[in-house]
Formats: sequence, C-alpha cells, structure tokens
Amino acid sequence: MNIERKRRLFDLTVWITAPLLVFALLALDAQGKSPNLMADNAIWRAECGSCHVAYPPALLPAAEWRQLVGSLDRHFGVDASIDNHTATEIDRFLAANAGRGEGRAAEAQPRITTTRWFRHKHDEVSAAVFRSPSIKTAANCAACHLGAAAADFNEHAVKIPR
Amino acid sequence: MPPIVRRTLSVLAAAGALFAAAAYAVTPGQLQAEYEAIARKEEGNFKGVSAVRGGEFFRSTHGNDWSCATCHTANPATLGRHARTGSVLQPLAPIANGERFTDPVKVEKWFKRNCGDVLSRACTAQEKGDVIAFLRSLK
Repeated sequence: MNIERKRRLFDLTVWITAPLLVFALLALDAQGKSPNLMADNAIWRAECGSCHVAYPPALLPAAEWRQLVGSLDRHFGVDASIDNHTATEIDRFLAANAGRGEGRAAEAQPRITTTRWFRHKHDEVSAAVFRSPSIKTAANCAACHLGAAAADFNEHAVKIPR
Repeated sequence: MPPIVRRTLSVLAAAGALFAAAAYAVTPGQLQAEYEAIARKEEGNFKGVSAVRGGEFFRSTHGNDWSCATCHTANPATLGRHARTGSVLQPLAPIANGERFTDPVKVEKWFKRNCGDVLSRACTAQEKGDVIAFLRSLK
C-alpha cells in the first residue's frame, strides 16, 4: 500500500471509530442518569393520581417510597389512607420500579422536589414562579408539564402559565 | 347444541354479568337511603336528611382550615381544585358526573379521608346523607 492510501485508510478509521466511541460512551453514561418515567400500574394510578400527578416511581428510591406509603394517614398534611391490601400492591409496584436514590439523609416526609435531580432539572425556574397562583407549588407538575398525566415531561412540551 | 339453546344461554350469561356488575354499583339515591337507614338506627330522634343542611355543612369549616367547598367549590357541579396540589378535581354533583356516589367502597374511602381532614373525625351517617342529598339537589 502506498503512503497516500495508508493515510486515507488511517483517516477513515479514526474519523469513524472515534465519534462512534464517544457516542457509545455518552449513551452508556446517560443510561444511569435518565430515569424511566413510564412504569404504570392501575391501582397505583387510581390511588396516587387522584389528588396530584401520579409521580413516577423512578423519582425516589424504594426506602423513601416505603416511608411515604407507611404514613399515608398524614401525607404532607392530609389523610390519604388506604387499606392494607392496596398498600401492599402499591408498595410492591413502587419498590420494583424505584430509582437508585441520591444517598441523602432520611427526612420525615421525603420529597421529590428536593432531590438534586429535580433541582437540577428546574434550575431555570425561580421559586417565585413555583409559588405563583396558577402553579402554587413545585409539586404541581401538570401546571407546566401539559403531558404530565401521561408521564410526558419532555421539556419541549412545557408551557409556564402566567 | 341447537342455535336456540346457544342463544338462550348467551342471553342468560349476559344478564348474569350485568346483574353481577350492578350488584357492586348503586345509584346516588340508593346510597343516600342506606345512610338514612343507618342514621335512623343510630339516632333516637332522627328526622331525615336535609339537602339544605347538607349544603351548609358542605360550605362550612369544622374546626380546621378547610371546608368541603375549599376543594370541591361552593358549586360542586363545576370542576374543583385541590387546595394544596392545584390538581383539577372532577365535579362532585351527580348531575355533572355520572360516576359519583355509585361505588360504595369508593365513597366510604373518601368520606374517611376527607372528613378526617375537614372535621378531624369521621362523619356521621346523618352528615353523609345530608351531603349526598345536597349534591343530588344540584341541577
């Protein structure tokens, strides 16, 4: 092979393999980070979606979900109690689809909105906007995420109300 | 088997399924009557349920910050809004929402939760009957 062909072969190999390698590494890295928001269960959705969006199980670790399900009679200030049979089913579903968690210290009532992940995702939204009358709280996903009921939180489908 | 037998059997099966389904569902009027019957047993001088009293009960606070109307609004034939989460609530009045007060288990579950929040106690059968009478009276 003459030098020209060798150089061309080298160029071709490097310019195809290097981007492929970078892409593969990025994809692998992203897998651990972006939660699967699509897990669904009819009983869970009926009970846990009646007063607020049914928050995807991937957003909290199993231990924090268990804490919440075990204290539903005093659920962020309201009574959301369920019977034991329903609690068992919901607990099972949440544990099976929970996220890895962030290794944070235990709180009385673990919140999704205080996770590092949530804060990072919403770092462009001020506290004042979350408090505005048409939104009220960061827990009110559907106020801005119009597809929240279908677990569609794509940032390109966000509309922040006045 | 001959077609007539097959047809009869399928009609009977369909009727049976409908009956079974109906056995777990009630009308709001039937549910109100059930609470009235319980109230009559529980209270000596029970005079019957009252939609007017139910409306006042619904709009009043009872020792805490919230009334029923806080989330379900003073006109429960319209959409409500959860006072904490901002979530939209479907109308509570049967005239606006055919599913309301047809599932006794669901009704009892929500009375337990919401009376606990609003009154810090369980609602009596009379109070439940009054509230259903009020909601049924809305056009």
